[in-house]
Amino acid sequence: MTDTQIFSGAFAEPVFDAQAVFRTVMDCMARPGTIGTISAVAKPPQPLGAAAGAVALTLCDHDTPVWLTPQLAKSKLPGWLAFHTGATVTAEKQVARFAFVEKGGVVPGFDMFSQGTQEYPDRSTTLVIEVDGFDGGEPLALTGPGIRDEARIAPAGLPEAFVSLAQANRALFPRGIDLILVSGDEVVCLPRTTVIRNGEA
Amino acid sequence: MYVAVKGGEAAISNAHRLLADRRRGDRTLPAIGIEQIVAQLGLAVDRVMAEASLYDRALAALAIRQARGDMIEAIFILRAYRTTLPRFGYSVPVETAEMQVERRVSATYKDLPGGQLLGPTFDYTHRLLDPSLLRDEAVEEGLQRDGEIEPVMRVADILSSEGLVEDDGQLPEGHVPGDLTREPLEFPMERDLRLQALARGDEGFLLALGYSTQRGYARTHPFVGEVRIGEVEVELDMPELGFAVSLGRIQVTECQMIAQFKGSAKNPPQFTRGYGLVFGQSERKAMAMSLVDRALRAEEFGEDIVAPAQDEEFVISHADNVQATGFVEHLKLPHYVDFQAELDLVRRMRREYEERNREEPGEDTLEAAQ
Amino acid sequence: MNAVSTELATYNFAYLDEQTKRMIRRAILKAIAIPGYQVPFASREMPMPYGWGTGGVQVTAAILGPDDVLKVIDQGADDTTNAVSIRAFFKKVANMAVTTKTGEATIIQTRHRIPEEKLTAGQTLVYQVPIPEPLRFLEPRETETRKMHALEEYGLMHVKLYEDIARNGHIATTYAYPVKVEGRYVMDPSPTPKFDNPKMHMSEALQLFGAGREKRIYAVPPYTEVVSLDFEDHPFEIQTFDKPCALCGAENVYLDEVVLDDKGGRMFVCSDTDHCEDRRDHGHCGTMLAYDKETAR
Repeated sequence: MTDTQIFSGAFAEPVFDAQAVFRTVMDCMARPGTIGTISAVAKPPQPLGAAAGAVALTLCDHDTPVWLTPQLAKSKLPGWLAFHTGATVTAEKQVARFAFVEKGGVVPGFDMFSQGTQEYPDRSTTLVIEVDGFDGGEPLALTGPGIRDEARIAPAGLPEAFVSLAQANRALFPRGIDLILVSGDEVVCLPRTTVIRNGEA
Repeated sequence: MYVAVKGGEAAISNAHRLLADRRRGDRTLPAIGIEQIVAQLGLAVDRVMAEASLYDRALAALAIRQARGDMIEAIFILRAYRTTLPRFGYSVPVETAEMQVERRVSATYKDLPGGQLLGPTFDYTHRLLDPSLLRDEAVEEGLQRDGEIEPVMRVADILSSEGLVEDDGQLPEGHVPGDLTREPLEFPMERDLRLQALARGDEGFLLALGYSTQRGYARTHPFVGEVRIGEVEVELDMPELGFAVSLGRIQVTECQMIAQFKGSAKNPPQFTRGYGLVFGQSERKAMAMSLVDRALRAEEFGEDIVAPAQDEEFVISHADNVQATGFVEHLKLPHYVDFQAELDLVRRMRREYEERNREEPGEDTLEAAQ
Repeated sequence: MNAVSTELATYNFAYLDEQTKRMIRRAILKAIAIPGYQVPFASREMPMPYGWGTGGVQVTAAILGPDDVLKVIDQGADDTTNAVSIRAFFKKVANMAVTTKTGEATIIQTRHRIPEEKLTAGQTLVYQVPIPEPLRFLEPRETETRKMHALEEYGLMHVKLYEDIARNGHIATTYAYPVKVEGRYVMDPSPTPKFDNPKMHMSEALQLFGAGREKRIYAVPPYTEVVSLDFEDHPFEIQTFDKPCALCGAENVYLDEVVLDDKGGRMFVCSDTDHCEDRRDHGHCGTMLAYDKETAR
């Protein structure tokens, strides 16, 4: 096994690619449920996908401890993150500023991560979760800031208890975690303000 | 015809041109060199380095020249430059006990190991204008003591060996020293961040606050344990090498103020400390800083917080002269939209007031008639 | 003597280094996720003074890219000196397209006004904020105001507004009029006249607020409830003007008072210069212009 996986796979144009990815994520965070496309190419080590890798390159650095699933933690990803972003991996979910879950990985309970405090609700973890896609799954109805009436997505590959996890998270407001869902080169953000309901009804 | 004011761009560029012209001044005189500023206005350079938090004499001198001698402007220019510099690492704490002192005075002992060293001080000069400086007369070299400069023991360590002064401040275990230029400020803060804020703080502001403690606004019965000025080694830990390497030497001024403390249930009676450390030669700043540091430790010692110098949020929020000057001076920017809103309200209230008075001519008109 | 290098520094795209941009970007995302809450950030020293828009400049620098079109206004006008200066700064450090047309801009940095033209999805309005804490004038201590926000204790603010009414018959706050965002956080809208407050409510554009000296970033996402504080017996109302703009005839816009002479001569013209010019280009005409056209003949 060589370390080329660790030393390669970052943005070709770090300054402009990071800006483009950030703007996509910012727009998606401001408009929950909107599917954004990440055009900048990142190639993180398997099993992390491209969009999640791009988010990591854009937002992580030595000020942001990162939590990884066991699968990701034993991949080349920790070395790749350290080399390209300076971010260190932590086993403590409570201190992680970002957490990454690969496609099919087990999503820990949201309440195990930092939810911020009532005084500093911003000090909470942002979870980046890879899903199978944004249609074909359980339909979700989204309302809240950033959404005019209602937005609908049907992400496939989320844990079964997702709606109740999200509702419990919403109930903590202003505390709570924020979600960035990715699939391929697509991204959907679900900030803590978004009210997520089962969309079948 | 009414034409709205235009041409901001041309006005700005012309203003810059005029500023450059005034900065250069009389063209028949030679331009002042950076080297001259460093060599002959060294204390101005030191102040700019200290409050800009950037140790570089040449750049500080450049900033002073660019700012036409306006110190806060020079500090601002150097800070804005500092912000853009990448960080290569964090140095290990400087060891002031190892300082090669050029000046060292203690007010608490008549004589002590290493002696009292006056160094290049204004202290006993008579402040008479010196006509010889109107000319470029030859100046004698300073006298140098023979032999190696030995480190001299710190006065605080003398008291410390008797257990009569508190130990050097200790941070809570596992505490990583903060950096207020990298992290958002949060109150209450630990002493490390407070000292950093004070070290960057405005000399005049700290001087006034320190002075206020002497006049009874949080009196601490201070004695100058020691003021020392000299060079210390700056070292960087190299994890790859397993030891620290020297980056060079910098000049600093350190003040250890010894202050009173009666003792408490937990602590035996002992003296307490106020600490000041500043880049370059800046005794006034280091002393004022140590007074304010001590005053700000009121809560730690269970003292009543009754005076401005003890109020952490007040002191730290207002010590930064770059912030202060920006916000005070921003008042000259246009505010006419807000003023219009106020004008409109005052006119309306005035109208209502006059209507009320017309309806019920009473006391007001009587008073007006008198 | 160490010589000063002539090449002092080469600045990064949009001036800020990448680490700083990341830090600001993270703060912006959290700000969007908690509408109206002030996220502390490690504000940097900028090459312009604190109080002159350093917060807005840092936010703009952290979000802008090469495809953006930037508009900068101060008091609603594109040609006020500080707006000119900030625009020139971004032209220099990001080599980007700038405009005075509200409709063409993707990012609008503003001091004290919200453009009259309705902002649309895809636009971001960046406010320069001097004092981000709406409770600051009631309680100077950050430690206290932070608790008040945490506990949602906004009674003091209502008391203050009501005292105004008792004393003056009016709420005496005419600008920086406090709002409640999404029913939770009381927020300072920056010193815009209260005339502009309704524009913040359910805006299609993303609104970001940067306070450099006070080191805070906050946000109002699109389609978010922004309600000006008021009382049942004293509902919130905006300023009204007796006459339309003297240049373009616009009504229901915010007007600046211009002193014409030393004999009490006054005229009222649009504070939003782009809006005014656009209307005049489309043939709208106020009394002052009409008069000028007459006399010119």
